[in-house]
Amino acid sequence: MTPNQLMFAIFSAVIIIFSILTVTSRRILRAATYLLFVLVATGGMYFLLRFNFLAAIQLTLYAGGIVVLIIFSILLTSHIGDKLEQPDLKKIIPAFLAAAAGMVITVFTILKHNFPQEVAAGTDRTDIRVIAKSLISTEKFGYALPFEVISILLLAAMVGAIILAKKRND
Amino acid sequence: MNFSIYDFTSFTQWIDKVLYDNLPAFWAIAVEMTIIGVAILLFYALIGLFLVYAERKVCAFMQNRVGPNRVGPFGFFQTIADLFKLLMKELVYIKNADKLLFNIAPFIVIIASFMAIAAIPFAKGLHAIDFDIGILYVIAVSSLGVVGILLAGWSSNNKYSLIGAMRSGAQIVSYELSVGLSLVTIIILAGTMQFSAIVEGQANGWFIFKGHIPAFIAFIVFLIASTAETNRGPFDLAEAESELTAGFHTEYSGIKFAFFFLAEYMNMFIVASIAATVFLGGWMPFHVGGWEGFNHIMDFIPPFVWYIGKTFFIIWIMMWFKWTFPRLRIDQLLTLEWKYLLPINLVNILIMAFIVLMGWHF
Repeated sequence: MTPNQLMFAIFSAVIIIFSILTVTSRRILRAATYLLFVLVATGGMYFLLRFNFLAAIQLTLYAGGIVVLIIFSILLTSHIGDKLEQPDLKKIIPAFLAAAAGMVITVFTILKHNFPQEVAAGTDRTDIRVIAKSLISTEKFGYALPFEVISILLLAAMVGAIILAKKRND
Repeated sequence: MNFSIYDFTSFTQWIDKVLYDNLPAFWAIAVEMTIIGVAILLFYALIGLFLVYAERKVCAFMQNRVGPNRVGPFGFFQTIADLFKLLMKELVYIKNADKLLFNIAPFIVIIASFMAIAAIPFAKGLHAIDFDIGILYVIAVSSLGVVGILLAGWSSNNKYSLIGAMRSGAQIVSYELSVGLSLVTIIILAGTMQFSAIVEGQANGWFIFKGHIPAFIAFIVFLIASTAETNRGPFDLAEAESELTAGFHTEYSGIKFAFFFLAEYMNMFIVASIAATVFLGGWMPFHVGGWEGFNHIMDFIPPFVWYIGKTFFIIWIMMWFKWTFPRLRIDQLLTLEWKYLLPINLVNILIMAFIVLMGWHF
């Protein structure tokens, strides 16, 4: 077993165990913490693939941003004694079926896909400069337009949030 | 093996070669990781102890007192005695707390700062991981620490802890922006995020001098924002003693409290190291482009000494802040970030980009 395989096994185990704990825990803040572990382990997986930029973005946005936001809202709304109710069977069965269907499709696609055996030299590591250039490029495979469209969407969402949060004067 | 205090590259390569010659590849990597981990852990503990001592001494001098002076010469061993006291103390068991989260919160805080320290270049060749995204990595992992603070405040089941955690969360999340953007200003100038390349880029002058006024403004903004991000005074309203007893770590005792305490000091050390590396050249001696004789004289001082000197200079400035300014209110804190630092930063990035585009920097 190479060190990479060992780390892969550890990260996968952490992801699987804590994903299950996230959805089965009855305490909402614990569930959020388990979700944090899942996201951090996913970031570790990206580091293992030497996709450093994506790993750092995963840690900043998901672990440092979204999970903090989730925890923040739980802090404001829930009490330490609160426990979620056990959902009834009518909800568990469709949810389980949907999750199983998703897993079957993913596993089927992965097994069916013909992965290249050899990775071409120099492509095992994405240069940050390439990512930066393609983000602002207007040519083919450039992301300038999607980037701007997403910014407008974000602006609209922010304006909407401010209007919703603002108290009416009447 | 030729060992020199000016360049550790040959030394680390020699260790690497010896390990790979004598052990199978898997165990060589395992031993290397253990060595690095233990070395950083030792460094972490020693610097933490020293910083607590330094803080008390600096505070004492600012307030015209003597400070610790009983244990050892000039009270130097005071913090070691304090450490033993903390280790002996009882870990208070809290009845209505969420025990699991209560126990893992200090570890999340300390692991976040431990991960950040791995990417910092201490001297030439003395650098655990040299990522191509170095600065982004440090920003990313240090943003994890706030989760530990929020969990600690909530799981203690205490009003003061909860209020402290909320304040701390709001503060760190907003000041992270300014820290990131002020570093982006220098990334534009350096053209890279890799720490080793950033240090090499300052061989003919530190970035704070090379980047004219925008670099200096970025440095000031970074100092203010990083002081706030590490929850230190005058931004320590998360643990304001007079209002909240001790904020998010009110219910913690013994070694778990010491973890929070140590992590706070180490975070200060980490942001000071980043400021020293990004703005003041890291381990690079003070060089002026073109002055060969002067540069040679400066090269006689070993890189590690330069690094430690610059880092402690910035730590000293941050301590000076803490013991000079009164604590801000939460509204003043958020006004400072969102109405002043953030707009200044955004304009500053534009000016820096323009200067780099026109080639006006040195």
